[in-house]
Amino acid sequence: MSTIPGIHETQTDILVIGGGTGGPMAAIKAKEVNKSLKVMLLEKANVKRSGAVSMGMDGLNNAVVPGYATPEQYVKEITVANDGIVHQPAVMAYAQNSYSMIRYLDGLGVKFEKDGSGEYNMRKVHHLGTYVLPMPEGHNVKKVLYRQLRRLQVNVVNRYIATRLLTGPDGRVAGAISVNTRTAEIMVIRAKAVVLACGAAGRLGLPASGYLFGTYENPANCGDGYAMAYHAGAELANLECYQINPLIKDYNGPACAYVTGPLGGYTANNRGERFIECDYWSGQMMLEFWRELQGGNGPVFLKMDHLAEETISQIETILHSNERPSRGRFHNGRGTNYRHRMVEMHISEIGFCSGHSASGVWVDEFARTTVSGLHAAGDMASVPHNYMLGAFVNGGIAGESSARWCAEHDLAPVDMDAVAAEQTRILAPTLRDDGFLPNEMEFKTRRLVNDYLTPPKVTAKMRIGQQRLAEVRADLKHLVARDPHELLRALEMQSILDCADMAAAASLYRTESRWGLYHMYADHPTTDNDAWFCHTMLYRDSQGRMAHRKRPIAPYIVPVDATEMNAYHTLRTQPQTIAAE
Amino acid sequence: MPFANHATSVPVTVDAGKCIADKGCTVCVDVCPLDVLAIDPEKGVAYMRYDECWYCMPCEADCPTGAVHVAIPYLLR
Repeated sequence: MSTIPGIHETQTDILVIGGGTGGPMAAIKAKEVNKSLKVMLLEKANVKRSGAVSMGMDGLNNAVVPGYATPEQYVKEITVANDGIVHQPAVMAYAQNSYSMIRYLDGLGVKFEKDGSGEYNMRKVHHLGTYVLPMPEGHNVKKVLYRQLRRLQVNVVNRYIATRLLTGPDGRVAGAISVNTRTAEIMVIRAKAVVLACGAAGRLGLPASGYLFGTYENPANCGDGYAMAYHAGAELANLECYQINPLIKDYNGPACAYVTGPLGGYTANNRGERFIECDYWSGQMMLEFWRELQGGNGPVFLKMDHLAEETISQIETILHSNERPSRGRFHNGRGTNYRHRMVEMHISEIGFCSGHSASGVWVDEFARTTVSGLHAAGDMASVPHNYMLGAFVNGGIAGESSARWCAEHDLAPVDMDAVAAEQTRILAPTLRDDGFLPNEMEFKTRRLVNDYLTPPKVTAKMRIGQQRLAEVRADLKHLVARDPHELLRALEMQSILDCADMAAAASLYRTESRWGLYHMYADHPTTDNDAWFCHTMLYRDSQGRMAHRKRPIAPYIVPVDATEMNAYHTLRTQPQTIAAE
Repeated sequence: MPFANHATSVPVTVDAGKCIADKGCTVCVDVCPLDVLAIDPEKGVAYMRYDECWYCMPCEADCPTGAVHVAIPYLLR
């Protein structure tokens, strides 16, 4: 490979992009397969505190633990919760490796709740089965991971944002281009295999508060992974199945029904009454939540004021020290005490995230994307309802598969013209001293997402949205970055715009309604299983245009009969009829 | 066209009396997922340079002297 002035070059066997949850586990498991492999973990923040689990996690939401559930039962539950549009082999691969990953994390020092005899204290939150394992002392997840990365001598590289993947002449992955977020130095990393673990596209819609970074997801998770996969030619699945979550109004973090539900808390309307039978997040649950917000019974609350003092203290200890510990400060500021007042809830802005919905870069049961040598895991990969444990399990699967790939492949040649073109794109905003700043262009993009792309989806609105987003894209030639930090935001803003375009295109392609609120399409209000019982795949065609195709659902390995398939469609609490005397 | 300076209140504050950035500490700057903190080279004290906060709190939790406080951004409060 010849050199280009101003570009630093390095090489590794496996490049893992994203040091949050799935990424570190991919690096760890690759090293455990073959400790002689060179594994680089690239992170745009600092692996010590990056990603969705920056401050730990308050529980496993999808633990498949023997004695409580079988992998087959879990696969069935997730199939039903996603209206049947799942790649069951990938869900099964997760389910079969779920328990061994819990044991592995337990062995590393992650703390899970156990009863007096040392058994895991499982709780029921899902509609059908029991899959929730609390982690009241789960604040040390990142420290545990970091120790293991050090022990296995993974090469951790912080404060570099990957901007594009490199592919060889045969289309297989060849590495990535990245830029230092503090110096704007560009680094090309050649690799035999790449794992994308960049998290959700959580900075897509604009929060109702108007604060750009007041998102549900860690705002560093802005869709870089989706954009990189798209530009490398990978297929992305079911992006019209948005992520929309029930969250604390304005704070935009979980309240959290998964923690409080097993202890007696529940979602209620303004009368303090239940209106849904199950607090597990699904598109159908969100639709009922949205209807209650729109109707005369809104707003919606999380109700805990009926619980005993010991229970409320326990809930406070968990929620105010884990995952989003500033929750307690937010409630104090508003004078909300769980003992006396219900917590006002609202629905989040839209995003992409397989952690809680079913979209993402397409992966099979080995975490392989449609680009050879490229894997994806965690919130950005298409395995539905991943949550934290899914990121760990699928990250591990991606790492092991990458290690196997390295045994059979050498470095692919790098296209120096592509590197030069990307260098030009990266640095363009730094060469201007006049124009629009990243925060302005990001705000405008995300405001358009709210105005035109948010459900209920309407074709005419989507088309206007696409036109306005195209105008923003035309303005990229005026994007200015005055320092390396603004360049980071300028690059992120371009990923956000790519994701907005993908959200609109994917939504227009699936001409039916499915997944409750996630793809509620007003022009096509019913579910059409004859035409749309399939995955929708979005990809960049050979002319560089955004294209779509249908992918058949792989034959179920766990059959689900028609009556079971409707379970998540009957979530609204039925009125009690009192027999006349 | 010229740029306006748009001032905002910042949610992360640092107690200058407790901060030991002048002794070479950069923990809060290192751990911030959004990279919004910096050290003022003249004062030798950490401060919030960019109002892009997720109020996630590693800066406060990991500060060795308890100098950092994270408040909820005003727009959300």
